[in-house]
Amino acid sequence: MTDVTPEARHIPDRLDSPLRAAILSWPALLLVVAVGLFVANSFLSPYFLSPWSLSDATFNFTEKAIIALAMALLIISGEIDLSVAAIIALASTMMGLALQFGVGTPGLVVIGILTGLFCGMFNGFLVTRLGLPSIVVTIGTMSFFRGISFIVLGDQAFKGYPPAFGFFGQGYVWWVVSFEFVLFLVCAVLFYVLLHRTNFGRHVFVIGNNPMAARFSGVRVERVKFILFCLTGLMSGIAAVLLTSRLASTRPSIALGWELEVVTMVVLGGVSILGGSGSIPGVVIAAFIMGLVTFGLGLLNVPGIVMSIFIGALLIFVIALPIVFRMIRERRA
Amino acid sequence: MKLLKSLALSTAVAATLLAAPAMAQERIALVVKTLGNGFFDAAAKGAEEAAAEIGGIEVIYTGPTSATAEGQIEIVNSLIAQNVDAIAISANDPDALVPALKKAMQRGIKVLSWDSGVAAEGRQLHLNPSDTDLIGETIIKLAADYLPDGGDVAILSASSTATNQNAWIDAAKKVMPEKFPNINLVSVVYGDDDSVKSTNEAKGLIASYPDLDAIIAPTTVGVVAAAQVVTDEDLIGKINVTGLALPSEFKQFIDNGASQAVALWNPIDLGYSAVQLAHQLIEGKEAAPGATFSIGKVGEITLDDTNSAAMAAPFQFDKSNIEEFSKIY
Repeated sequence: MTDVTPEARHIPDRLDSPLRAAILSWPALLLVVAVGLFVANSFLSPYFLSPWSLSDATFNFTEKAIIALAMALLIISGEIDLSVAAIIALASTMMGLALQFGVGTPGLVVIGILTGLFCGMFNGFLVTRLGLPSIVVTIGTMSFFRGISFIVLGDQAFKGYPPAFGFFGQGYVWWVVSFEFVLFLVCAVLFYVLLHRTNFGRHVFVIGNNPMAARFSGVRVERVKFILFCLTGLMSGIAAVLLTSRLASTRPSIALGWELEVVTMVVLGGVSILGGSGSIPGVVIAAFIMGLVTFGLGLLNVPGIVMSIFIGALLIFVIALPIVFRMIRERRA
Repeated sequence: MKLLKSLALSTAVAATLLAAPAMAQERIALVVKTLGNGFFDAAAKGAEEAAAEIGGIEVIYTGPTSATAEGQIEIVNSLIAQNVDAIAISANDPDALVPALKKAMQRGIKVLSWDSGVAAEGRQLHLNPSDTDLIGETIIKLAADYLPDGGDVAILSASSTATNQNAWIDAAKKVMPEKFPNINLVSVVYGDDDSVKSTNEAKGLIASYPDLDAIIAPTTVGVVAAAQVVTDEDLIGKINVTGLALPSEFKQFIDNGASQAVALWNPIDLGYSAVQLAHQLIEGKEAAPGATFSIGKVGEITLDDTNSAAMAAPFQFDKSNIEEFSKIY
């Protein structure tokens, strides 16, 4: 009898080397697209590479991007909030109402942010306590929140915000670097840490992948989701402060249609619309891509209709690319 | 790399297809509420006309896909970056665009609004398509022109609370004794800009006033409803329907004789005048209350206390030109 020692088998704990994975990752692909767009824009328009132009360009997407950060977490967890633009309208209307009663700049900011937070809590309550599907709930609250604005304002507008209030949406922290942009970068770092470096972030991914398994593993699914809705409301409230300040007025049609642009940013950023995967760097780069495309095409005076075709095509292109790659790879294997 | 190349290539193709023609000395941006609207396309046509007449002007015709203030602000930002010489805008919101347009003015760009105005601090001047007195006079004149011996007319308005409608009707009443002494206004009724209600009100007028010679409807909904009633009840030739109407909607009633003529602002003249005004601002003319500006073939305007002015009386459409304008808007 001879001893047969089975040969040691190596089981890899990941399919690709870390470097290869990083290069092939979604944010890397997006970064290439973003750099490509930046280079293309610089060649196509003589006006693009000016500090002031680039600064102006950031205003076009920062408010939406700030909401997209929170929306990314919500979508990763398998939920969605379509009422974000309506929350902006309601928060802005509340700020305008407060203004009529002589509330000063700090009070206005607090009211805007709190209104956003309360709207988020309301959405979260309906979804987590009553167990309603978030897409239905937030389509409802979308009309509900904006409806209140329409009742309060009708065809009127609130204006006459104090000059100091204008700083949030029009002010610069240093040279051409706007307050909005700095705030966005700070939020991006905070959300990166929250999603990728904390237990809470792991819970978000687990819930998105398999809520049942998450529940059996002791994750408090409802509580996490409730917090995510609150966060999305809170960020919408912050966006409302910025946008109201930038427009120096409130009308019930403010930010109309933004919910789809925010969701587009999130999906372009590599967050699975079905939940369970995605990253904050991806969303941040996607925000820049949207900004570069719209501003770059704007500099060439491309009509808005062509612009939306372009963004639609870009979305399909970027989403389809990895799938096509995988198909080619599988065929070769 | 392939991705980068293909992206750069597709952008380049888009650019060559869509980029502006050769550089001109003056670049004037005509920013509209939304693209894909016949009214604004016609205004752009007028703008090109003015540019060709003056020479050395490039018109940048642009606007957002949906009629939002935020979309127009993005466009204004990109026009500021391009350092255009003037922005002439028909605004989606009189207040929200003010900060962005102020920034444009700070960077030396001339700003004027036309059609739909911007609050005074956000522009140098505003061009209204027309004004209350001119509209009031025009709607009576439209009926009186075809009643040489005078007659009874009635007004079919929109809602009784519509500020602009009431102002026009008051202006019409004011001008009648002086300029149209033999025209007798028998009644004013309200159709609320609702087709069904307007139709019923028109029928009511015809039943109550058998001697009625004309129905004046200064609303695009009411005028169509009234003309349809006159057509259906075989009163063509007896009752003349007139008022403010969109040529494309109203052409059939000019053709069948239910109406002799209607009027509305002429978008071609509006775009033409906007470019004429922008050009004079670029040349250094000051916009101040009381200043007079020439607007080429359309005439001239004088700015009021708020630096705004009315272009002209509503433009008249009849058998001779309805065909042409019905294709535009």
